[in-house]
Amino acid sequence: MSKGHTPSTETRRPDRAALVIAVFLAALGGLIFWDASRLASATGYSGIGPATTPFVIAGCLLILAVWTVFEALRGDFPTRDRQEVAPVVWIIGGLALQMLLLKTAGFSIATGVLFAATAAAFGKRKLWMTIPLGILICLGVWLIFAGLLQLSLPAGPLEHLFW
Amino acid sequence: MNTFDFLLQGLLVAAQPMNLLYALIGVTLGTAVGVLPGIGPALTVALLLPVTYKLDPGGSLIMFAGIYYGGMYGGSTTSILLNTPGESSSIVTALEGNKMARAGRGGPALATAAIGSFVAGLIATMALALIAPFVVKLALVFGPREYFALMVLAFVTVSSAFGDSTLRGLTSLFIGFALAIVGIDQLTGQTRMSFGIPDLLDGIEVTTLAVAMFAIGESLYIAAQGDLGPDKVEAVKGSVWMNRQDWARSWKPWLRGTAIGFPIGAMPAGGAEIGTFLSYATEKRLTKHPEEFGNGAIEGVAGPEAANNASAAGTLVPLLTLGLPTTATAAIMLAGFQQYGLQPGPLLFATNPQLVWGLIASLLIANFMLLVLNLPLVGLWVKLLTIPKPWLYAGILLFATLGTIGANPSVFELGMLLAFGVLGYVMRIFGYPIAPVVVGLILGPLAEQQLRRALSISQGDVTVLFTSPIAAVLLVIAAAALIIPLILRARGRGEVLAQLAASED
Repeated sequence: MSKGHTPSTETRRPDRAALVIAVFLAALGGLIFWDASRLASATGYSGIGPATTPFVIAGCLLILAVWTVFEALRGDFPTRDRQEVAPVVWIIGGLALQMLLLKTAGFSIATGVLFAATAAAFGKRKLWMTIPLGILICLGVWLIFAGLLQLSLPAGPLEHLFW
Repeated sequence: MNTFDFLLQGLLVAAQPMNLLYALIGVTLGTAVGVLPGIGPALTVALLLPVTYKLDPGGSLIMFAGIYYGGMYGGSTTSILLNTPGESSSIVTALEGNKMARAGRGGPALATAAIGSFVAGLIATMALALIAPFVVKLALVFGPREYFALMVLAFVTVSSAFGDSTLRGLTSLFIGFALAIVGIDQLTGQTRMSFGIPDLLDGIEVTTLAVAMFAIGESLYIAAQGDLGPDKVEAVKGSVWMNRQDWARSWKPWLRGTAIGFPIGAMPAGGAEIGTFLSYATEKRLTKHPEEFGNGAIEGVAGPEAANNASAAGTLVPLLTLGLPTTATAAIMLAGFQQYGLQPGPLLFATNPQLVWGLIASLLIANFMLLVLNLPLVGLWVKLLTIPKPWLYAGILLFATLGTIGANPSVFELGMLLAFGVLGYVMRIFGYPIAPVVVGLILGPLAEQQLRRALSISQGDVTVLFTSPIAAVLLVIAAAALIIPLILRARGRGEVLAQLAASED
């Protein structure tokens, strides 16, 4: 483990992103620890109560965080491919819009927007065409799943025209 | 009644017209979704779970079994015609199968994969029917501590025994455990990790997590690679039928693959992929045409494909008899059972034999249907491979969110889907395996329950966990499965383990 303190080898630089992961794991462990410590310690016959398992998991997460720090310092994490940001933003934006529109605009419009945003992420950027197309497809899906299979998909103005 | 009476009864259940229809819908949907590039069996099963929500348990599980087997068949078509690394369940098939397709022998490659899957599925499903009653008898002597030890073993093999890093495997598993704590504690009714949010009281849905990690995480990852140009789909030239020589070279690998795949799948431990690799290595050693390996040897398709399907049937042994899912796919199937309040395990065989044996029998029927669907109709499935990526992934996300909304039409649930999707994407970038998260989420609470039961019986004495011979042996194996790979990797011999890793199953 002493390798981390010898910066002579250029390939083994500390991996900042991996250190962020270690911080995340430690924070998750801390959160579980904090949450479990307010539980009543009703241990019953078993000697372990509802808080015991969370404590163990939190402890293990902290150990894993420390281990991650060591591997990050030694540069043991695999090399990563370059990630394009724009497509990721398109898809996450599409999912977020769907979430916001779902209750007010109904399933077809909300999911149609997601459909168009995903297609845009993969290069089909003609939104004036893909959004109506997506809404039409989703309306068809809505009619099959909500109509025939009786799944409870939220209806909006568009769906009320049919049902 | 003996096994054959039960199986006969099961066939009567499965042969009812409605159930036959459910099985047919299941295998058709399963093949159609499984054939889409980038969708493995785990995601196929997770995506199609909502289709079965409104059916009765029997019909739904029969449809589900069809989806499972159909997804396996569909995946092999993809890997033969489209060389997509990442289709983990049939990655070995792609080694030789794609080479065969490029050499214009795609037809026989598809045929030997389909018939091999059929032979393996048939034998392995019969083996499942024969073995299950014995495992059930064995399972009845299992107490909580034995179950706990078994689950510890499954945790280790699923997360860290294979793959390229013990650390990342264990981290994935513990993220799954952390998510599993959320909700109401089953024994005391106290809320854990819910922070006063009512939506979190029911815990985190396995299907939401699986769909988010596999569908949304994968879509984000593929999108972030940028435009790599269209994937090349090999056309199926000539006949799909095999000639005399193909048959002569295929039948032994089918049987050997089955013999290798089934026991590995049936073991109550993860890593079902090993079977396909072992089968490939075996065929490579036994072949009379070693020069063809690497350039499209038919044995290299027939054996691993049979092993793949045999171990898929094998994983149903621990799932049905012990309630122990050892792959991500099995974990999602367990969630499918749980939505009807059914807990697979020895008791289910006693309380609901019609359901269990109907399920096993319908697997046999599904297998016949799949042979018919896949050989003459293969051209139809190939068309699905040519769907351009924008529409394909737009459709995948449409159905991924449809399933979540259908199960629980709440904005909060969609928010979780998005959050876990991003988590899955980040984990993929850094090379963390996904399956341990899913298995940890569903098996974590069961393990906690067994542990607390075991300690209640012993009045808090922890040594009781090690004093039962069965439990002690299982724990020793688990410790070995954790420590030996650590030593191997430290000595730089981790490549073999990394090859055995499964990114999805």
